[in-house]
Amino acid sequence: MIMPRRLLIEQGGAGHRGPALPACDVPQRPLAELLPGVVLRAELVFPQVSEPEVVRHFTELSTLNHHVDRGFYPLGSCTMKYNPKIDEELAGLAGFAKAHPLAGDDATQGCLRAMAEVQRLLAEITGFAAVTTQPAAGAHGEMTGLLMMRAYHRSRGEGERRRRVIVPDSAHGTNPASVSLVGYETVVIPSGPDATVDLDALAKALDDRTAAVMLTVPNTVGLFEPRVLEVTRMAHAAGAQCYMDGANLNALVGRVRPGDLGFDVMHINVHKTFSTPHGGGGPGAGPVAVAKHLEPFLPTPVAVLQQDGRVRLDWERPQSIGRVHSFNGNFSILLRALAYMLTLGPEGLAEVSRVAILNANYLMRRLAKSYDLPNPQACMHEFVLSGRGLKKYGVRTLDVAKRLLDFGVHAPTVYFPLIVEEALMIEPTETETFDRLDHFATAMERIAVEAAEDAELLHQAPHTTPVGRLDEARASREPRLRWSIP
Amino acid sequence: MSFVGLGRDEEQRMLKEIGVARFEDLLAAIPQEVLLEHPPRIPGPLSEIELRRLLGRWARENHAAELVSFQGGGIYDHWIPAAVDALASRSEFVTAYTPYQPEVAQGTLTAIFEFQSMMAELTGCDVANASMYDGATATVEAALLARRQTGRKRVVVAGMVHPHVLAVLRTYLDPDEVSHVGDTAGLAVPADVKAALGPDSACVIYQQPNFFGLVEDPPALHAIAHEAGALAIAVCDPIALALLEPPGRTGADIVVGEAQSLGSPMSFGGPLLGYFAAKQSLLRGLPGRLVAETVDRQGRRGFVLTLQTREQHIRREKATSNICTNQGLMALRATIHMGLLGRLGLREVAELCVQKSHHAARLAAGIPGYALAHEAPFFREFVLRCPVEARRVVEAGLEFGVSPGINLGRFRPEWKDLLLVAVTELRDAGEIDRWAQTLHRAGGAR
Ligand SMILES: Cc1ncc(COP(=O)(O)O)c(C=O)c1O
Repeated sequence: MIMPRRLLIEQGGAGHRGPALPACDVPQRPLAELLPGVVLRAELVFPQVSEPEVVRHFTELSTLNHHVDRGFYPLGSCTMKYNPKIDEELAGLAGFAKAHPLAGDDATQGCLRAMAEVQRLLAEITGFAAVTTQPAAGAHGEMTGLLMMRAYHRSRGEGERRRRVIVPDSAHGTNPASVSLVGYETVVIPSGPDATVDLDALAKALDDRTAAVMLTVPNTVGLFEPRVLEVTRMAHAAGAQCYMDGANLNALVGRVRPGDLGFDVMHINVHKTFSTPHGGGGPGAGPVAVAKHLEPFLPTPVAVLQQDGRVRLDWERPQSIGRVHSFNGNFSILLRALAYMLTLGPEGLAEVSRVAILNANYLMRRLAKSYDLPNPQACMHEFVLSGRGLKKYGVRTLDVAKRLLDFGVHAPTVYFPLIVEEALMIEPTETETFDRLDHFATAMERIAVEAAEDAELLHQAPHTTPVGRLDEARASREPRLRWSIP
Repeated sequence: MSFVGLGRDEEQRMLKEIGVARFEDLLAAIPQEVLLEHPPRIPGPLSEIELRRLLGRWARENHAAELVSFQGGGIYDHWIPAAVDALASRSEFVTAYTPYQPEVAQGTLTAIFEFQSMMAELTGCDVANASMYDGATATVEAALLARRQTGRKRVVVAGMVHPHVLAVLRTYLDPDEVSHVGDTAGLAVPADVKAALGPDSACVIYQQPNFFGLVEDPPALHAIAHEAGALAIAVCDPIALALLEPPGRTGADIVVGEAQSLGSPMSFGGPLLGYFAAKQSLLRGLPGRLVAETVDRQGRRGFVLTLQTREQHIRREKATSNICTNQGLMALRATIHMGLLGRLGLREVAELCVQKSHHAARLAAGIPGYALAHEAPFFREFVLRCPVEARRVVEAGLEFGVSPGINLGRFRPEWKDLLLVAVTELRDAGEIDRWAQTLHRAGGAR
């Protein structure tokens, strides 16, 4: 019999305790004397557990997770590639980990040098003039980029009039949410029959109230926008700015520079393209790259490499949108990205997108034999299947996703993008080998057969995971969001 | 080197299955004129050996590792038990994505549930979310929630809230809608705050302990906010909350803050850990992810993401926030950290901070030319008025191997003689003596 899993609060108790603190080695005074008039808390209902049991608790929890180091993780739009171990080691070096952000430029030249280098390399890779590394994630970058565009329009006296942002219906949810955050209005345009931008719809939506067109390239269906140059030209002709959601940069890296596509600003999800780990939901980093005309609006401060080879933080930027983060953004994540870029070098960058595209197209062609493929064009780094063909057996995409877990691989992104019915969005990334792809394809093929022969097997899936399908309706009805005290 | 493993014959088999002769045929949708002839000119490739040498050199340029830190101002040098790094660096946690498939993410989900539970308890609130980017953006989200909730626009900031938090508020909101009511003797004055409140005020935001380390009077500020029909928002340090009465218990509607001090390194200011806790009545307006307990089909306990209809992937432009990727791994670190310290350990850390910082302040007050800038009680951090520019004191620290504090002159020119000093449980008596010697030396060199 295995011991049941318990929460920390259900373990230990009085008499149990973790690692010790040193005795106080300075003269002590009663708290009431040091903090006169301050009301102290009466109680703190917290766990009291010994160190070995805390270690076992979290070690056991860890074994319940699927993760990239264990197996295939084809979550579309998420770029779950291998995260190099050396990057973790370097980001943890004491010289970086113990650096305080307010220590002053002279005391932190190493950090500033790394920041300036990240800015420089990302600008070079994306083809933009300047980069800020302050945003902590992609959505944060979106908001930052939109604020810079807003400041630009205001600087030209068009701030009041231009308040609309055109977003295709295939866009990620953060795009419209970020638009609202800066006080703009989202204008959704329907995608064309080939899932790319419908130029007529775009032309109809564009006018002198348009602040920006926000586009994901390749788009969320995994297709390169074939008329992207036309889109950015039309937007600029209408006086709008062009924002590129760079979440899918893995398809372009080393091959196409978004700056050359006519975009004015983009964010980069370094936790996707530049291999920093996802940490079970974060932290990532969402640096934003801008064209020359938006450079004055970058958040302060900006790391600037001086003539004398030293780097200083530049605060004197009168047109800046201001600060978007408490300090320097997710600095140690950016260090990992820097280590990764330097490991790759120019040829390595191009190899990333080449193999990412190759892997995706291979899987797509294989799986198109067992699943619907709504968009048969060659894809970029990912593709979207539809599970609608299985509906006749009473099987849904969710069932396919759950059954996949039994094969030791993670499920694809499901039910996104919204424009594909019963969507299964698959992104293998370049770090998966032929054998891994084959195993995944075989599992998917087998599930398609199972759907026809034994739908119940799928409805009941997963069968081999630490828990079975969880009751989400119950979870949200009267949500229990914290433990109860035993 | 791109971490790819692909043999030539494997590639041929793939191309054959795809039905193209060459890889380039897959790029037909890309306009010819934008395809690069040469990859971007970045340095590299570097081997591990070269990379370690290069970044190792830069790390050493920081003089950070060898200096004993008395710096605070929002980022603190606290003890991180060895087990935090050992557990939080497990690749099962590090290399997992957001727990979208709960059946294979119970590790992450359970830990988030424990994090939510601990943060709710610490803050005295009913509920807490899975994390925000940092203390500043958590504060912005709190202000936005207050605005939605009250239908009012004005955000009133009371007293010494961290200047960077104020700056980020002004970036996100229209600066005209943010009123800052200054301090008197370092503290927010309830009467002044009251005078600044009007029918358009959505919330009152104060920091506890405040930017100068001083302990504010939360019940008074909560009452004033509520009288005006505004929400009360406390921006709190979680270590202090182990000792002080939690603001959620005395009427704060939302408690947010920066939790780097719970198990994350300073790391030049990021990644940090924003937290967000609130009253039950605000639950459906909360930003960010939430994890709830439930059961599977066999009745076994499990955890899932919940109330996702608040979030951007469902609600899109009407979402409560645009946040997607958060600071999950930092939240895990905080959970492990709090689990190891437990109730007693956390309280001891907080008390050591009080004892050691007060000891240092007493030493400083005895050094000619130095004086405490404020009289109000402080928790872990205090402001010293120096006989020379604080910048000089920081420079003098190099000789004694200490970073004696933060030169507040970097925030405002009129603060140029002020040094913000934080003393945590990590500092021992000998280090505090060296710090005092630094002050002596810097002050005497006038
Ligand atoms: C297409 C797209 N845009 C934006 C985002 C948002 O990025 P983040 O999660 O880093 O905020 C994501 C990923 O989540 C994405 O896939």
